[in-house]
Amino acid sequence: MIPLSVYLYLQLSTMALTIDVTHLSKKFNDTYAVNDLSFTVNEGDIYGFLGQNGAGKSTTIRMLLTLIQPTSGNIEMFGKKLSISRSEILKQVGAVIEKPDLYKYLSAYENLSIFAKMSGIKVSKKLLMDQLKMVGLEDRAKDNVRTFSQGMKQRLGIAVALVHNPALIILDEPTNGLDPQGIADIRNLILKLSREMGKTILISSHLLSEIELIANRMIIIHKGKKMVEGAVADLLDPAHTLVEIDTLNNIETTQLLQQSKWVPFIQTKNQLQLMMNKTAVPELINDLVEMGVQILSVNSSHSLENYFLSLTTQSENVEAFTN
Amino acid sequence: MIRSIKSMPLLFLLLIAMAGKSQDVNTLLTKVKFNIDKVNDYEASARMITNVTFLKVPDADVKVYFKKPNKLKIKNEKGISFVPKGAVSINLNNILSGGKYTAIDAGKDKIGTTVVRVIKLLPEDDNADVVLSTVYIDEAALVIRRAKTTTRANGSYQLEMSYGKYATYGLPDKIIFSFDTKDYKLPKGVTFDFDDGTQNNKTAADKAKAKNGSAEITFHSYVINKGIVDDVFK
Amino acid sequence: MWKLLQIELFKISKRPRTYIAFIAVAAIVFIFQFAFKADGQSYMDLMLQSVKDTFSFDRVQAINGYFMCYIILNTLLIQVPILIALIAADSISGEANMGTLRLLISKPVSRTQIILVKFAAATIFTIFLLLWMAVTALFLSILIFGSGDMLVFRSKGDESQILLITKDDIMWRYYAAFAYATVALTVIAALSLLLSIFAENSIGPIIATVCIVIVCTIISNINVPVIDKNVKPFLFTSYLVGWKGFFYIGTDVDGKTIKGSLENWPAIRKSLLILIAHIFILITAAVVVFKKKDILS
Repeated sequence: MIPLSVYLYLQLSTMALTIDVTHLSKKFNDTYAVNDLSFTVNEGDIYGFLGQNGAGKSTTIRMLLTLIQPTSGNIEMFGKKLSISRSEILKQVGAVIEKPDLYKYLSAYENLSIFAKMSGIKVSKKLLMDQLKMVGLEDRAKDNVRTFSQGMKQRLGIAVALVHNPALIILDEPTNGLDPQGIADIRNLILKLSREMGKTILISSHLLSEIELIANRMIIIHKGKKMVEGAVADLLDPAHTLVEIDTLNNIETTQLLQQSKWVPFIQTKNQLQLMMNKTAVPELINDLVEMGVQILSVNSSHSLENYFLSLTTQSENVEAFTN
Repeated sequence: MIRSIKSMPLLFLLLIAMAGKSQDVNTLLTKVKFNIDKVNDYEASARMITNVTFLKVPDADVKVYFKKPNKLKIKNEKGISFVPKGAVSINLNNILSGGKYTAIDAGKDKIGTTVVRVIKLLPEDDNADVVLSTVYIDEAALVIRRAKTTTRANGSYQLEMSYGKYATYGLPDKIIFSFDTKDYKLPKGVTFDFDDGTQNNKTAADKAKAKNGSAEITFHSYVINKGIVDDVFK
Repeated sequence: MWKLLQIELFKISKRPRTYIAFIAVAAIVFIFQFAFKADGQSYMDLMLQSVKDTFSFDRVQAINGYFMCYIILNTLLIQVPILIALIAADSISGEANMGTLRLLISKPVSRTQIILVKFAAATIFTIFLLLWMAVTALFLSILIFGSGDMLVFRSKGDESQILLITKDDIMWRYYAAFAYATVALTVIAALSLLLSIFAENSIGPIIATVCIVIVCTIISNINVPVIDKNVKPFLFTSYLVGWKGFFYIGTDVDGKTIKGSLENWPAIRKSLLILIAHIFILITAAVVVFKKKDILS
């Protein structure tokens, strides 16, 4: 006999990777919305999915939820292939995708009931009312969603995502359109779900500040490609630095860097930027010199913020290079 | 119609020329009429078979009501029946124009095996609907076996009669009433019909036939001279 | 599947637009009934124009509930596709427009199931609409106008006919006609459903469905031999009026009607099979297209 605790441990350890995405691509017409993207979400993570608007966050999330067929690549969730065990996997996933759109002509209670039933669980009045209570909508249960404010819809959307007690919760820009109080409420709810209920959460955002506060791991994507992935603590570690390089011929330098081990990096209007550990900076300079790059300046500033800002604010001039 | 009026004087000349022979004919007609006059009214149950190309109808059980001098009504009490308008003339009184006619002997003919006397009748009333009737009389039974009538308003029609136990009243057991019909045309565009691929395989003869209709009335029973309220004829 | 269907029917039942169809049907039926109650004789006169001098018959009795229902169906079944499209064309596009399609697809329910359930719900809606028509156009008409023998005016090629069906031979024809109409209108539902996959609001597919029905109906009613042979057999609208076949009573060689008979049952059966094939093809296409579709709404 295997003791229950051991059995549970074995069970949990096989499911330790909640999401495992490898070489995922999606091509619309001739452009890649997601390009060779790989990342992993561990069980229990609050995983920040960061990128500017149009970076490919939504497309990726839609592929995780089977709304969009990948052009190539592989998605595994809970240790199973999504393309094969779709229904089984989706039973354990709850999601709010972009706007929390619900049936406007139905009440909060009816909306919740419909989606709970569709998730394949047994629905009781108590369960639904408890769920509404959790998001503070128990008094509005009978009101049509048509009459709800954006914040109330967002809360109901979350209730819908949670009603079937999923192991993984995917929230696509959950704070969009909310006031500061609403944003704080959502943040607290996410933390509660993670800490008290042990949910795995994937949350996308275009605001680093938002992710910083709650996520334990994160990824930054740009134009469908991964720029950085890792523990938030590591990425925000002062030891981690943003290196800004200016050379006599940035175009030529870009070409050289692309073939080096120093990808990923980004090319802004007048610099090249790399995220790296401080300790690697001398080696980078060495390599640049060996490649014959004529360096004008090398600046090492410490924040992920600046790196991300470069990606988001000057996006039209930014070109990202990855392996 | 106009032509028939024009031909009137000619017919009168004919009448005068044949006056000697017509006496005999008038006697025969009086005898026939004597039988018919015995009936003041009747109510009869009958079966009507309508035979008109454009009408697809079942056989109908009808009631025929008659009251002197010229009220006649064919009614289907259980449903709808198309009754040819000229059918009022199955009332033989109508043909004999209530006795006001000039009779012309037109010789003898045969219907089946029966020898019949052919008599042409010209109504005296210039405004009568009937313009000309030709009756074929069975001289032995004193009944009219066939009548061909041309009317002003209802076209021409023909009656073919056979008799049974009501022959003494001059009432037939069966009448085949043939009449002219116009072609039936639905107004354009009022129906969207289902084309089930059935073809109209009409020959020229069929098309000619389409201009003729007939109603075959077989009488089961007569109730004679028991009185009929006028409401029936409304 | 049953649970999903219940959900779908619940959603339909909660939408105001569902009832528009029922109100529209009732309104059209009532207008007809009122008009015929007030002046049905004029209609009879029009239909019998060319023979009114030759025949007399009981006009009051001719305008009865059975006759009314036939007249109403004759008109209404041309408009009902619009009402069916109102619901069926909204099936997918409406959810896309509202944004609920994302949530729907991310549930552990296959897309095939979603299409089949949507189609089943649209079919049930169609059945209810026809039941409603039966109640208003047939049973209510019988209450108002009474029952009796029924006259059917028919153009058959270049010929016109008046058929008379005795009153004890009518009801089964109506049941069959309504059943046929259900199949015919289900084709519309399937077409609307297929079109609704391509759109992100319901207006487009509703208009597209209506346009297809109207254009095909017009072509179906053009009497040109070339079109008769080469085009009409391939248009589903040519078969939509097949319900009338149940009122084309069979006749013997003398033109006498035969109670309980149909003039051309094989033709009706063939039409039915063609319609069912249409449904099958349209729904299969809907499933295939929907399975491949990227949900970007």
